Amino acid sequence: MNRLQKFGVPLVAVILFLLFWEGIVWINDWPNYVMASPSDLPAAYERFWKLFLVMGWQTLWRTVLGLVLAVIFGTVIGMIMGFSQIARQGLYPLLVGFNAVPKATLVPVIALLFIGQHDFNTVLMAFLISFFPIAVSVGIGLSTLEPEYRDILRALGASKVTIFWKIALPKTLPEFFGALKVSVTLAFIGTNLVEIVSPHGRGLGALFKSGETNGDYPLMFAVLIALAVLGIVLYYAVVALEKIFAGWAERPAN
Amino acid sequence: MQNLIEIKGVTHAYRTKNGPLPVLDRLDLCVPKGEFCAVVGPSGCGKSTLTRLIAGLMKPDQGEVWLHGEQITSPRKTVGMAFQNPVLLEWRSILENVILPLEIVAPKMPRAEREARAHHLLAMVGLDGFEHKRPSELSGGMRQRASLCRAIVHKPDVLIMDEPFGALDNFTREDLWQTMRELRAAEPFTCVLITHDLRESVFLGDQVVVLSGRPAKAQFVLNVDLPADRTIDVLYEPKASEMLHILRDQIRIAQGREAH
Repeated sequence: MNRLQKFGVPLVAVILFLLFWEGIVWINDWPNYVMASPSDLPAAYERFWKLFLVMGWQTLWRTVLGLVLAVIFGTVIGMIMGFSQIARQGLYPLLVGFNAVPKATLVPVIALLFIGQHDFNTVLMAFLISFFPIAVSVGIGLSTLEPEYRDILRALGASKVTIFWKIALPKTLPEFFGALKVSVTLAFIGTNLVEIVSPHGRGLGALFKSGETNGDYPLMFAVLIALAVLGIVLYYAVVALEKIFAGWAERPAN
Repeated sequence: MQNLIEIKGVTHAYRTKNGPLPVLDRLDLCVPKGEFCAVVGPSGCGKSTLTRLIAGLMKPDQGEVWLHGEQITSPRKTVGMAFQNPVLLEWRSILENVILPLEIVAPKMPRAEREARAHHLLAMVGLDGFEHKRPSELSGGMRQRASLCRAIVHKPDVLIMDEPFGALDNFTREDLWQTMRELRAAEPFTCVLITHDLRESVFLGDQVVVLSGRPAKAQFVLNVDLPADRTIDVLYEPKASEMLHILRDQIRIAQGREAH
């Protein structure tokens, strides 16, 4: 029963959503160049399935790589901000300012800086757009660590490194995973921004762009759905990691 | 008798944006080896600062803190600490929480030996069978028991407690007082207890030190002249009532000075 509920409820929700989508297109009698309906999609997938596999993989690995870099860099920045008040005061305005810059405007800047380095540019953008939540959450997690938690080890003469590994890091993990869930979706936006704004024939974004140029609207919608599926897959991969490393933070429901 | 803890003329102030806030003023305090020293005083009088000084987590502006005939300038492994908040780590089981200090103090101790030590202590405080529970699965009183086990698992010479029973209900608190006495009977250690509860100070203490209002001095020291193996009934005897009365008066004096 529990299992049925776990997989059945989301499945029913998706089916209801598709029916709703199909319904409004049908009621309004929209042609597929205004809005494609779910029933248009299988044909698009059938025709371009090879491209979907190749380009979906390109989007996926570049997003994941950007995310991995964001985790490493974000954690390091977060640690620096968490442990040093001066670093926090100095870095916050910079980070917030940087985060406030619309990333679409950075695409041409990056494209000019590293001409022809498509993979590098895409990974860089996925990284740039997604490290901020991680840095902030790790920084806040560490700086709001209750002094008693530190004192139980500090009173025994434990080093700062020991306290970090045994107390601060595990205690910050729930916040870290919360931020990572936000970053996953952001990283996809970063990858696709480069793939759409500055297309270079790689990734689902480029496929979307080619659908647009060729007036193949069902293909464009099929790409959007494929992106959504990739996003969901990656999101639940993070949820699985969270269960393993921070499952303790989940209280049993009563 | 040799004094294990000696605090000599300690003065300390916190720097705040309104200038220095003096909390301790030429405080003297001696605790002989094996004795239980309860410290009471009006709230905000610097009692917690005192625990941090003895633990070596802070250095006083003036004066000296001596432990074992050595001046304290940094934390040492022979101290155990317990706070009002049990601060158990939610990602570890109760057993692993109790083991934690051993990982720092005795990194080479075999795992089986560590676990045996933790099991032994948990059994003593009545937490048999809860070793593999998460802290959030235990009641407040049980968590505080586990916290006490963790504070003494590495056999410290001194146990410093900052209102460890403050957040518990009265009956649980009295149970824990009893547990505390049993623990000390089994493995003697010197104790400094910060508390707001005068009954607690008389029941557990060998001496009760009353601190004055901020900045705190040792205003009064009461030697608790009660039998060593006490039960909670002792608090209802005239002798204890008399002591509680004296302490209450002293607290009133301490508060008066603070008001002025």
